[in-house]
Amino acid sequence: MSATEPGATGAGATASATAASATTASATAADVAVVVRVRRRGAGRVWVVSGGLGLAVLAAFLLTMVVGDHAIPLPDLIASLTGHGSKGVDFIVHRLRLPRAVLAVLAGVAFGLSGAIFQRVVRNPLASPDVIGVTSGASVAAVLGITVGGLSGLSLSAAALGGSVLSTAAIYALAWRRGISGYRLALIGVGVAAGLSGVVSYLMTRADIRVATEALLWLTGSLNGRGHQVGPLGLALVVLVPAALALGRTLYGLQLGDDTARGLGLNVERGRIALLLTGVALVGAATAAVGPVAFVAFVSGPIALRLTGGGRPDLLPAGLVGALVVLLSDFAAQHALGGTQLPVGVVTGVVGAPYLLWLLVVSNRTGRGG
Amino acid sequence: MEVPLRTEALELGYGDRQVVKGLTTGIPRGRITMIVGPNACGKSTLLRGLARLLSPSAGAVYLDGRSLGDTPSRQVALRLGILPQGPTAPEGITVTDLVGRGRYPHQGWFRRWTPADDAAVAAAMSATGVLDLAERSIDELSGGQRQRVWLATALAQRTPILLLDEPTTYLDVSHQVEVLDLMADLNTAEGTTVAIVLHDLNLACRYGQHLIAMKDGRIVAEGEPAEVVTEEIVREIFGMECRVIDDPVSGTPLVVPMGRHHVQPGPHVQPGHPVQPVHPVHSVQPSHPVHPGHSVQPGHPVQPPEGEPVDER
Repeated sequence: MSATEPGATGAGATASATAASATTASATAADVAVVVRVRRRGAGRVWVVSGGLGLAVLAAFLLTMVVGDHAIPLPDLIASLTGHGSKGVDFIVHRLRLPRAVLAVLAGVAFGLSGAIFQRVVRNPLASPDVIGVTSGASVAAVLGITVGGLSGLSLSAAALGGSVLSTAAIYALAWRRGISGYRLALIGVGVAAGLSGVVSYLMTRADIRVATEALLWLTGSLNGRGHQVGPLGLALVVLVPAALALGRTLYGLQLGDDTARGLGLNVERGRIALLLTGVALVGAATAAVGPVAFVAFVSGPIALRLTGGGRPDLLPAGLVGALVVLLSDFAAQHALGGTQLPVGVVTGVVGAPYLLWLLVVSNRTGRGG
Repeated sequence: MEVPLRTEALELGYGDRQVVKGLTTGIPRGRITMIVGPNACGKSTLLRGLARLLSPSAGAVYLDGRSLGDTPSRQVALRLGILPQGPTAPEGITVTDLVGRGRYPHQGWFRRWTPADDAAVAAAMSATGVLDLAERSIDELSGGQRQRVWLATALAQRTPILLLDEPTTYLDVSHQVEVLDLMADLNTAEGTTVAIVLHDLNLACRYGQHLIAMKDGRIVAEGEPAEVVTEEIVREIFGMECRVIDDPVSGTPLVVPMGRHHVQPGPHVQPGHPVQPVHPVHSVQPSHPVHPGHSVQPGHPVQPPEGEPVDER
């Protein structure tokens, strides 16, 4: 706690004069009204932001559906979606664009939720799974699977998921010293990420050039031709998203630091591990489906926090921001450069990297380390 | 004397380093207990152990007769609140939101926010005088205001026992007194059992009805302030010569530290004590002799002791 005294001490003194006369047992109706008003405003803002983000996701979703080499007017799209479309439109919608857009939403929600979970549990904006080596674990496993095991499809996804779980366990174990300090976990995670990316580079240099190209595409993260991943990822999210939102309740305590959280009756270690496991499963499932799309997990939580304002730990807005980021990035990747199509990970990387630099500079300057 | 919170042969430590060494003591019900002692004597560690923030390496803490280790943490949180040292709040959190977090143990997976929670938050904020700050972000507040908000968070928990770890650190003297006044109010109005780790011996004597004096992880003395705070015990605990006089405001013991530069030869200095008055000119010369137990006459001007206030910080 800093001892800075903004020019509000006068107000403090007058407030304290009334403190002695007040009893702690009861409050007047006017006092309660103040509390109710402020609380509702905070909670209301979260709902308004979530609603707005939901609409934005819907708009972006429709945008990616109608725009393309073959533009589909909205009425035709709706007709096709409701089962009354023409054959040609049906093919484009149901075979090409719909799976890709749905996958973008699912992966975005998973990345966004996972990033926000990690950042808020560790209480450090740097501690997103794509920065602290969780996704690097998935990358090593996947590249190993592609180059050595010749894996593809669902077995490749399973390998990626297993890799992210293993690297998280390693990071947690390395950071454990009679408890978990957020700063130590973030630092060790960044170190693990660096080490694992070295392993990836080594594997790439040893691989056959065609296999290496395949692995490189996976490493960039792409939604192209991944329609078959909608089912497995959707199934995982049916379980994981409600779990994340329910477990998010413990963040109300965890946000205040371990001691205060314990004092409030929280089982800190159990709550933290349950949340982190959910976060790992989310980012692992999404990475398994579309590859380690850079920085989506990293930017979603902070953007959501900016929008909701205040220190509320709500996770839903972060998930929606993630969906929006992936949808828009994929749209840009497909259409920004005319005929040239880019993997979505290139666009998110271009957007996310400057933010990482900015965050490092700012947190160094303030000496907080995030 | 009823003792809702007690320890038995309690040992606490961090890793191999043992800090609290086999304490058997208790926090009496309905009173304000002050835990005092020099730096690193284990007083904060004892409080952390009492609040189950630290698990005992041996012995046990009993809350209402049941071992803390066997009681679900949430059940403990309904009966015992703790304000730890240097709590952290997320950036941008509003005062009302933070105080509302104190209601956490009263909620559950299926029991969410109710009007009773609003009432408890409003009462806690009104008692600590932070209702005017309801919409402010915690980052904008001064140290004193922030500490009152954290106190409100602890009060909103509505526990019959409240433990505070150095709640006056970083506060100027008026805010220190204000925080302790608030605890006294709470104790009087609701009969809340309060235990506070405090650095300032004189404020501890004034506000505490029960004192636990510690040194090196052990209890040196416990009891009423007048029994505990004597020149001998202060010397034993802090290794410092002092005079103990009556607090002119409250009649409780007032410790006047001496230090090397202000040693007054007299009956209070142990015979054969090696300390020599280096600058006798600077010695405190009270305008009238002060006797222990001497009460202040109304209208009699009180000569404040020279030099620094007795707060050791």
